[in-house]
Amino acid sequence: MTAKASATEFTDGSAQMTAADGAGPAPVRIVVAYGFWIFLLSDIIMFSALFATYAVLSGRTDGGPGPHDLFELRSVAIETLCLLLSSYTCGLGLLAVERHRMQYFYLSFGLTFALGATFLGLELDEFARMVGSGAGPSRSAFLSSFFSLVGLHGVHISVGLIWILFITAQVAVRGPRDFVLRRLRCFSLFWHALDIIWIALLSLVYLAGARV
Amino acid sequence: MKEPESNRTPRDRAPGADEEAPSGSIASYTIGLFFALLLTGASFLVSQSHLLWAPGLPVGLAVLAIAQMGVHLVFFFHLSSGPDNTNNVLALAFGVLIVALVVSGSLWIMSNLDHNMMPSSTIMEMHR
Repeated sequence: MTAKASATEFTDGSAQMTAADGAGPAPVRIVVAYGFWIFLLSDIIMFSALFATYAVLSGRTDGGPGPHDLFELRSVAIETLCLLLSSYTCGLGLLAVERHRMQYFYLSFGLTFALGATFLGLELDEFARMVGSGAGPSRSAFLSSFFSLVGLHGVHISVGLIWILFITAQVAVRGPRDFVLRRLRCFSLFWHALDIIWIALLSLVYLAGARV
Repeated sequence: MKEPESNRTPRDRAPGADEEAPSGSIASYTIGLFFALLLTGASFLVSQSHLLWAPGLPVGLAVLAIAQMGVHLVFFFHLSSGPDNTNNVLALAFGVLIVALVVSGSLWIMSNLDHNMMPSSTIMEMHR
């Protein structure tokens, strides 16, 4: 409806134009980022199914350990801090490479990688501890849904870490050219989106669960 | 002479980008990090203390989480309400709609089924 209204304004030649008004194709930078944004939203929708599963099954412990027996909030707090800081350094790295300050870029993305790897290490440690104490994914419906939800986020983080290595190598070899910058921007959107999913995870799974 | 490109009209903006500084500024990332840490700290504090009335705790945590997601969208993704951002915000709104339908619909249906289900002991009695 708004598109129709602005289209008529455009034929009058009076109103401001956007690409939606038929002003021609948008630049590649915008098309790529928009397509990636749609992908991220569909990824979040996939996560929402697992969130719903967890919310339904979180009380079904089958007499086994529940959320308050398993979660250690201290390591969860460190994990959260790692993710937030890595998002920040990722943003700074993007700013640096756009200004062709390559040392700052390598420093920022090195920090991003280190913080992401710390997060993953803490999470794997937590998983190993839980499985070792007999609270593996096959113990109860609650644990099955917990491991699929948190594990899928962990898989995303692992993919992101591999992506950091590839994109940094690409910057080193090809330099900060347009197509490399587009890929870097896609990566930074991906990394920020993992933060958003972690916030939901932290609140629903860890903070709400540890209190019960 | 000016290039015709300089006579440009506001166009679509990429998510995570800005026209002058394509990826925001250090200030915006720093403000975002500050608010994100503040809200995370508040979530931990609220969940570990008795500041909130216990039955209201899930609502409090949800409010803090949604506020923090908003902070991330504004300061890290650089989403805004400007006309060049309409497509990004519309896509986000659609995503939020689907997420809300999936989550609330699942919870609703499953609690309804749970409510209408016979206790398993009764089922055992019937099969005897």
